[in-house]
Amino acid sequence: MAINPDYLGREYPAPEAYEVTRGKIREFAEAINDTDPVYLDPAAARAAGHPDVIAPPTFPVILGMAGSAQAIGDPDLGVDFSRVVHGDQRFSHSRPLYAGDLLSSTTRITGIRSLGGNDLLTLETVADDADGEHVVTATMMLVVRGGDE
Amino acid sequence: MSRLRHADVEVGTELPERTFPVRRLDLVRYAGASGDFNPIHWNERFAKSVGLPDVIAHGMFTMAQAARLLTDWAGDPGCVVDYSVRFSAPVVVPDDDEGAQITVGGKVKAKNDDGTVNVLLTARSGGAKVLSQSKAVVRLAR
Repeated sequence: MAINPDYLGREYPAPEAYEVTRGKIREFAEAINDTDPVYLDPAAARAAGHPDVIAPPTFPVILGMAGSAQAIGDPDLGVDFSRVVHGDQRFSHSRPLYAGDLLSSTTRITGIRSLGGNDLLTLETVADDADGEHVVTATMMLVVRGGDE
Repeated sequence: MSRLRHADVEVGTELPERTFPVRRLDLVRYAGASGDFNPIHWNERFAKSVGLPDVIAHGMFTMAQAARLLTDWAGDPGCVVDYSVRFSAPVVVPDDDEGAQITVGGKVKAKNDDGTVNVLLTARSGGAKVLSQSKAVVRLAR
């Protein structure tokens, strides 16, 4: 297998906390063509019972992407990014993300296995708020397609 | 938007199907917003060099469209507790003004005592099933 199996369990803490902003939420919501007012308008969000605008449920992929980039960028792990496709994805929310959240996250390699000539790499990114309370876990399985190596 | 109540949903309740467009421009914007700049999502030359038929959509773009079906149905963008998908086939996005279409639907599979429901989602594009094992736990209003 091309991926180094010794990396199972390795952790990649994000170098700094991620600040969720109204502007980034708007950019993401517009990019998925979902302009629900609870994503865009603080008054609408408060009327719906939230402290500020909330992020779409798949927004934490931003944290997962950043964490996976740290892992894939680790040359000793042995992943060729040009052969990577997204296999599956999960989000487990304790609550929605709000504008103003300062999220600390760590990405951990929770699976490395071979299947049908491909390598499957599972990365779990856990994000907590400034009070240390869990907000979301994003789990990503990447398929590193085997080939002519 | 009014919130859907837990009491108003039964096992077997269907989420009406909706079709969402995806064009090259959507992929460029999604790349920027998400930070996923893998060239298979915007560079046809690169996509073909790695054996794909053409540029393909980010799986996460499709996952976001299916989430929109859920949150619009529930009337609450904060309703999603747990949501997982498997990307079973690519959404191929041609370089024209129409792009591709993603059709998503869903069905309530279980009602839980904690006020949530389990929903199974489907997504198709170009005749292929592009999401499989697409499952969500959604909290509805009491």
